[in-house]
Amino acid sequence: MNGLETTRKETKLKKKGSVPQANVPSGPLLKRKMAFEGTPLSGKDFEQGKVLFTTYKPKLAYAWDTGRAIGRYLQGLKEGRLLGVRCRHCDRTVIPPRAFCERCFRPIEEWVQLQDRGVINTFSISYVRWDAVRLEKPTLPAVIDIEGTSPRVGILHLLGEVDPKQIKVGMKVKAVWKAASERIGAITDIQYFKPE
Amino acid sequence: MRKVAVVGAGLTKFMRRAQETGKELSFEAARAALDNAGMQLKDIDCVVMGTAPDAFDGVHMKGEYLSDGSGAWGRPYLRGYVGGGTGVFAPIQGWYHIASGMFDTCLVVCEEKMSGCKPHPQGAFLTIFDHTTERPLYPNLLWIFALEMNRYMTTHGITKREIAHVAVKNKKNAMDHPSAQLPMEITVEDVMNSEVMAWPVNRLDVSPTSDGAAAVILASEEKAKKITDKPIWIQGVGWNLDTSYWTNRDLYYPEYVERAARMAYKMAGVKEPRKEIHIAEPYDPFDYKELHHMEGLLLCGKGEAARLAVDGVTARDGDLPVCPSGGLLGVGNPIAAAGLMKISELFWQLRGEAGKRQVPGQPKRGVAQAWGDLMQVGTVVVMGVD
Ligand SMILES: [Zn+2]
Repeated sequence: MNGLETTRKETKLKKKGSVPQANVPSGPLLKRKMAFEGTPLSGKDFEQGKVLFTTYKPKLAYAWDTGRAIGRYLQGLKEGRLLGVRCRHCDRTVIPPRAFCERCFRPIEEWVQLQDRGVINTFSISYVRWDAVRLEKPTLPAVIDIEGTSPRVGILHLLGEVDPKQIKVGMKVKAVWKAASERIGAITDIQYFKPE
Repeated sequence: MRKVAVVGAGLTKFMRRAQETGKELSFEAARAALDNAGMQLKDIDCVVMGTAPDAFDGVHMKGEYLSDGSGAWGRPYLRGYVGGGTGVFAPIQGWYHIASGMFDTCLVVCEEKMSGCKPHPQGAFLTIFDHTTERPLYPNLLWIFALEMNRYMTTHGITKREIAHVAVKNKKNAMDHPSAQLPMEITVEDVMNSEVMAWPVNRLDVSPTSDGAAAVILASEEKAKKITDKPIWIQGVGWNLDTSYWTNRDLYYPEYVERAARMAYKMAGVKEPRKEIHIAEPYDPFDYKELHHMEGLLLCGKGEAARLAVDGVTARDGDLPVCPSGGLLGVGNPIAAAGLMKISELFWQLRGEAGKRQVPGQPKRGVAQAWGDLMQVGTVVVMGVD
C-alpha cells in the first residue's frame, strides 16, 4: 500500500490517453535521516470502509456589506449599466469600482459609465466545476478588458453563444443582460459576454 | 544585519493522503531536521510555522493547532501565511528573527494536509475570490491558472507542447527523490493526451494535492559554525505583493516576482542572475508556472524560458538546472511544505548531499521562489556556500 495507488486511481483519465505508471524510487533514503516514510492511505482503504469519517457541517452564513463603491456598481448592474471609476491623480480608469486608488492611496470620487462591451484578454475552456466535479459542457471563463477603461483593465466573467473552438484572445464581445425585471443588482445580472 | 545559515533540513514523504495528523507530520519533519543538524529542541530559540488555508483542515487558526507538532511549546512562535508563497516566506520570517539579533536559532516548519477536505480541496478555493464581484460566477483555481497560462502563451506565441517539457522533466527528476508522490517517466505526448481540465491546462500540467511537511533550522553565524562545518548561507531574501484586483493586471508576466527577486539579488550582491545563479527551484504548481517564474526571477528574458526547457538547458545536467528536486509537479504539492521543500533542496544540493539528484559542477549559489495569495505574491530566497 502506498500513496501512489491513490494517485493513479484519482488521475484516471476520462477523455483519452492514460496516465503513465508512477515509479517509486527504490533504495535507502539518504544516509542521514532526512525523510520520514509516513503512512499513506489508498483509495481502496476508503472504499472498504477502513477509514473512520467524522463529518462536520458548518452553518456559516455571512451578510457581506457591499461597501460604497461596489454598492454603486451593483446598482448600475441592476440598471443595465457598467460603471467604473477614475483616479484623477493617476489618470487611470478601472473596473470593478473602488473607493480608493491602491496606487496613489487617495480617495476616488469620479464615476464613469463604461460601454458594456470589451475585448477578450484571456480565456479558458473549463471542464471542471468549482468543487472539482467534471462537466460535459464546458464553462467559458474569461478576463474581459472593458471598453473605456485604461489598458488591460478588465473583469472576470463568462462567455456564451460561442463555439469554444472559435474563441480568440482579442475577440470583441458584448454583455448579454438578464431582462430588467430579473436583475437583482449582482454580477450575474450579466448572463455572459458574446462575440459582437 | 547578521548572517544567517541553514544548518539542517527534514521532510516527510509527500502523499495523496497520510494517516498522520497535521501535528504528527509537523513533528516528523521537525524531528528529522533536528536530527539532520544534530540538535535537540532545547537548542531552538524560536519557531516559525508556515501553513496555508485553514479551510483545508477545517481547523480555524490552525497555526495554534499545529504549534505543538512544530516544537513551539514554551517558545516565541509565529505563524505566517501568504497562500502558496508561504513555504518560501516562512524561512524569510525565520531569517529576520535571527538577522535582527533577537534570536540565535529558529526552527521553521511548514505543513499542509489537504486530503481531509471533502469532496475535494479545490472547493475550499472558492472563498479566496471576491465575495460580491467574482464568487457568484463560481470560479475555481484552475480557471485563474488557465487564464494566466493562456495569456502567457498568447503573448509570446508559446505552445502547450513546449510547456509540457517542464512536466516531463520534473516528474522524471522526482524519481530520485525519496519523498516524491508523483515520480514518473512520461512523454510530452502523455501530457498532451491527458484529460483536459480547463484548457489550456491538462491533467499532467498540474501538480497533485498532497499531505506532507518540511522543516529547516536556521542559525546565526556564530552558532551555525558550531553546529556544522557546512552551513549554507541565506544570502538574500525578497518578497512583494501585487494588487488583489487581478483582472486589472497583465497576467503574462509576474512583476511582483521580479520585484521580490531584485530585492533578494541586491541583498545577495547578485548582479547578473543568469551567470551567478547555478541552480533554481522556482515554484511549479503548473508546468507553465516554472517558465513564468524563471522569467520573473530574471534567469532569462521574457518569453525565453520555454526554449530553455525544450533545449534541455534546465535539465539536472543542463547549464541552468531548474527544479532538480522534481518540484511540485513530481515531489508533490502540500502547499506550504512544497515551498520549504525547495529550500531543503538548495540546502542539500549546495552541500553536495543531494544523492542521485545532485547537480554536477558543485553549485555555489541557488535561488528558491514561491508564489501565491490571489496570484499576486512572490517570495524569493537566495542561498549560497559562502
Ligand atoms: Zn491613483
